Amino acid sequence: MVSGYIIYKAIMVVLIFLIGLGIAAYSTYAERKVAAFLQDRLGPNKAGPYGLLQPIADGVKMFMKEEIIPDVSNKFLFILGPCIAMLTACMTGVVIPWSTPITIDGVSYPLQITDINIGILYVFGVVSIGVYGIMIGGWASNNKFSLLGALRASAQMISYEIAMGLSIIALVMMTGTISLGEIAAQQAGGNWNIIYQPLGFLIFITCAFAECNRTPFDLPECETELVGGYHTEYSSMKLGFYLFAEYVNMFISSAIISTLYFGGYNMPFIGRFVTDPNMLSILGVVFLFGKIFFFIFFFMWIRWTIPRFRYDQLMHLGWKIFIPLSILNIILTGAGILFFNR
Amino acid sequence: MLTNRSKVVVNKKMTFMERIYLPAIIGGLITTMKHFFRKKTTIDYPKEKREISENYRGQHVLKVDEKGAERCTACGLCAVSCPAEAITMTAGERTKGEENMYREEKYAAVYEINMLRCIFCGLCEEACPKEAIFLTDRLVPVSGNRDEMIFGKDKLTEKHFNQVDISKRQTPEVLAFKQQKQYQHNK
Ligand code: SF4
Ligand code: SF4
Repeated sequence: MVSGYIIYKAIMVVLIFLIGLGIAAYSTYAERKVAAFLQDRLGPNKAGPYGLLQPIADGVKMFMKEEIIPDVSNKFLFILGPCIAMLTACMTGVVIPWSTPITIDGVSYPLQITDINIGILYVFGVVSIGVYGIMIGGWASNNKFSLLGALRASAQMISYEIAMGLSIIALVMMTGTISLGEIAAQQAGGNWNIIYQPLGFLIFITCAFAECNRTPFDLPECETELVGGYHTEYSSMKLGFYLFAEYVNMFISSAIISTLYFGGYNMPFIGRFVTDPNMLSILGVVFLFGKIFFFIFFFMWIRWTIPRFRYDQLMHLGWKIFIPLSILNIILTGAGILFFNR
Repeated sequence: MLTNRSKVVVNKKMTFMERIYLPAIIGGLITTMKHFFRKKTTIDYPKEKREISENYRGQHVLKVDEKGAERCTACGLCAVSCPAEAITMTAGERTKGEENMYREEKYAAVYEINMLRCIFCGLCEEACPKEAIFLTDRLVPVSGNRDEMIFGKDKLTEKHFNQVDISKRQTPEVLAFKQQKQYQHNK
């Protein structure tokens, strides 16, 4: 039984790892297609049908490129940077509840690698380690542009993490748990948290944009001021890892946004049509991925719509608007709980 | 004012609705979503070709006459008229037995057009007294190499049995112009 449990968990881990990487790879393709479509262009369509082999071509290209490690860099840290970025990006996936458990031969298999009871805290912890990937990479390159880019990135990520954490506190007050599995289960039947926490959601998604270094908060990379930002000195697959980590992060953020605010694997009214719990659980996976894809698309949609903020505007928004707003949100939520649940 | 869409800039304080950005962001999202479903302006080039105009000015052709003799007489008028100075040539004198190769006694031994300099204005074609050079509706093939973009006679002169159709460029005005007596030798 124990060995079976371990094998099952190992399969889940590998599966989610592969799915995460696959989605990240195809996000790069989707990003170009979405960008092209929003700009009245066709986008990549030469590699394979509709350009579907483009991510593979890109991967091969990244691997074949010359690997350059600058002489003046700190070699160990230089290599460690992208490793941390990639590692932390992949680690968050373990707490996401993909669906309700599947029961085969009377044994129930939960579709979540581990439902630790401090799921949200774990996510925040891992995400904040992600800052080190960027910081170390930028610092170890021994290049002024990299250092400035890394400084910007980490300042931005640290400031927005606060607002993000505060917006989650309101959610936790409401749900009374910080386990992602329970939060998802509580939202069954269209009882989505977005209905009760619209302001919190707004703050959370904006901070998620900032955490992923996506437009309108993509300041760490800036051709005109900072060349490539923190990854200026990186080449070949190490650069690939940084870029890839960004897409994995986007996937995970979308998954977390869907789980926290949009009911996770739940879909209202589906219980009326399907009653078999196993079927429901498979459909749950489908719904969750539908929501995730929508948010990935939303990330891209925003990217090709709004111009970026200036650095001082970014800091102004983070410290002077979002933090007070999220504190206000906590107070409102507290008042609401007192008022309705007494 | 080219369009009447210009807006006068006022430095008034933004209203609350403007300051929370959200309406503006949603407006932007709607605009980009409209573009998402709009007909694309780019085409899938090598598979699909853009429609070109009737008298498109593309790659030049050096014409030969009905016997297959080159019409150009190396007068240099095209080179003189060329605003981009793209044409260079070296004249040669026709020797006995070459009558079926060159129409006139003097011919262009070397005739080169630098396609990187050429602006496809068509003035060479207008200047030519012998109807020897025409612009055609063919696109100039691209190259990653500057030398290859200097087209010599090998690329410019048409084959006798595979003549390039230039009738589209012979507008009624041009044809009327050719009816004049002094140009009859060009028939
Ligand atoms: S088309 Fe104009 S620019 Fe080109 S070779 Fe003729 S005269 Fe020169
Ligand atoms: S192409 Fe025409 S204008 Fe140019 S040298 Fe030949 S005959 Fe003269």
